[in-house]
Amino acid sequence: MTIDINFVGLIIASIMASSVPLILASCGELITERSGVLNLGVEGMMIIGAISGFALMTVTGNLFIAVIGAMLAGVLISTIFAFLTQTLITNHVATGLALTIFGIGISAMIGKNFVGIPGKEFPVLFGNLKDAIPFLSPILFGHSVVFYFAFALPFVTNYFLKKTKIGLIVRAVGDSPDSASNQGINVRLVRYLCILYGGAMCGLAGAYLSMIYTPQWIENMTGGRGWIALALVVFSTWNPIKILIGAMIFGGLTIVQFHMQAIGVRIPVQFLTALPYIVTIIVLVVISRDSRKIRLSTPSSLGKSFYKDN
Amino acid sequence: MHKIFIRSFVSSLVFLFTFTVASVAKDVKAAFVYIGPTGDHGWTYQHDVGRKAVEAAGYKTTFVEGVPESADAERVLRQLANSGHDIIFTTSFGYMNPTNKVAKEFPNVKFEHATGYKREHSNVSTYAARFYEGRTILGTIAGSMTKSNVIGYVASFPIPEVIRGINSFTLAAQKVNPNIKTKIVWAFTWYDPGKEAEAAKALIDQGADIIAQHTDSTAIVQIAEKAGVYAFGQASDMDKFAPKAVLTSVENNWGPYYVDRVKAVANGTWNQKDTWHGIGDGMVVISDLDSALPADLKAKVNQLEKDLASGKVHSFTGPIYDQKGNLMVAEGKTADDGMLAGMMTYVKGVEGDIPK
Repeated sequence: MTIDINFVGLIIASIMASSVPLILASCGELITERSGVLNLGVEGMMIIGAISGFALMTVTGNLFIAVIGAMLAGVLISTIFAFLTQTLITNHVATGLALTIFGIGISAMIGKNFVGIPGKEFPVLFGNLKDAIPFLSPILFGHSVVFYFAFALPFVTNYFLKKTKIGLIVRAVGDSPDSASNQGINVRLVRYLCILYGGAMCGLAGAYLSMIYTPQWIENMTGGRGWIALALVVFSTWNPIKILIGAMIFGGLTIVQFHMQAIGVRIPVQFLTALPYIVTIIVLVVISRDSRKIRLSTPSSLGKSFYKDN
Repeated sequence: MHKIFIRSFVSSLVFLFTFTVASVAKDVKAAFVYIGPTGDHGWTYQHDVGRKAVEAAGYKTTFVEGVPESADAERVLRQLANSGHDIIFTTSFGYMNPTNKVAKEFPNVKFEHATGYKREHSNVSTYAARFYEGRTILGTIAGSMTKSNVIGYVASFPIPEVIRGINSFTLAAQKVNPNIKTKIVWAFTWYDPGKEAEAAKALIDQGADIIAQHTDSTAIVQIAEKAGVYAFGQASDMDKFAPKAVLTSVENNWGPYYVDRVKAVANGTWNQKDTWHGIGDGMVVISDLDSALPADLKAKVNQLEKDLASGKVHSFTGPIYDQKGNLMVAEGKTADDGMLAGMMTYVKGVEGDIPK
């Protein structure tokens, strides 16, 4: 088979499109975790975003309202988590799991009336340039605004955490809430905001799935992507750029294994299907093997409740 | 791990809920056990449409969704049998052993197991649909409509039901167009819109201009619509999701059978049987043909549908060879139901190996 560069461009574009929800959810969760809060409710927040976006799109017909609404729905459900873990000081892990169960259940309930309805076409940017440049065009042009946002996000997040004062505050709160509190930082407020931000990004990730990637609503349509996003945060050692790499590898192998099947490569299909999970972990472990750096970027008080600061 | 935990948790919640709302009327009560959520717009959704037909016929029904094919299924079945249900439909292959086990404990309750073959007790019946007949029609359309001669096929799991579908589709397509190739991609899921979309995209990128699917979501037909290629709907009429792409759909129509069996219980005429209905009995329905089909093809397809219904044409008519060229069905013969039920080899013309 001859390798056609346009074909490669198309594949890369598919890979990028499939990694968008992972990047969004992981970058959101990253900020939450850097502030010292472990929210295992990513899957739940995503599915809430998915149904809210789809429902609003169907009812109002306005895509802008639907996208914003999905993010607000993510914020709303993460407020419950924030209230429980920060104000009532409940256990992060248990509350996060409950949030996922709650999200899946309530989305199914709301979604009952939206099954079997086709979604609307989501507008793309630079669609007229789709064939302008070989190879590069399918990668750069003809995508939704959420797509471009997702690929800017890891860099913005990196800059935010490393170079801005607020980023420093978030990291301080995650590493040593006591010292941060002694410096006059309102630890609880910072953590609240980081949780809500994470909720908004997960909501957006869900909306991308139900409105742009596969415009439809069916129950459990996030299909475990929330858990993969969570794993990416950990394996990338809380580094947004590595999240981008991990998400691309994961999405990439999922798609490449389908291509290998279609070409007829004689490798057991079960192995091919497991490949994305295995390789993503190996690669992220290898690129993150510097233990000093891991210690620096791991939020030291991740998942620990903070009692003072009343 | 988490997912399994959550699924069973959610299903037990749903389970509790279902029982609190179950009524206590004396009429015949039917219960349905579903593998997925009723909101999947695929397999379970179509069974639930059938359940609603039973309701509409004036019977009380209960359903439990998202029941894992494990010990959980036994518990659910026992609960349903204990709470006054007269007939219980278990709608997934994996419920085969639990259904037979619980049926032994409740000889007065009738059990109906979908897609299985075990009827160990006199109160267990089995039923399934000859979906492969529908796929013969899809194959005929695909073979006639393809320009690239590459047809993509998104498959779910390597089980006889799916292999039979691939074979039936390919045989029909080859009959009208000996040059076609069926490229198969295994998604290893029944429904995950994202994954199905990626599988379909890969096939389209590799030159397939018609995509068939044996997974449940509408993602594939939507991708086909965007890419400007043709596709076929699965389980329900998916035309509204992709008006240009969908040439027709194969619909699962369980309603008439369900109403029939519940009525039989009410009249005291229920007896054990093994039902395998196809187009002729209306369990498999072909949706309206798309206007993209030329008139002569439409006429041909309509005739084929009639012939499959009457039994004049059989999807597996010899000579049929496997991939290595060994004769599977001799000239003039048709494959018997035993062979169809256990079909685990590809016919000649299908590319690749069946995953083991």
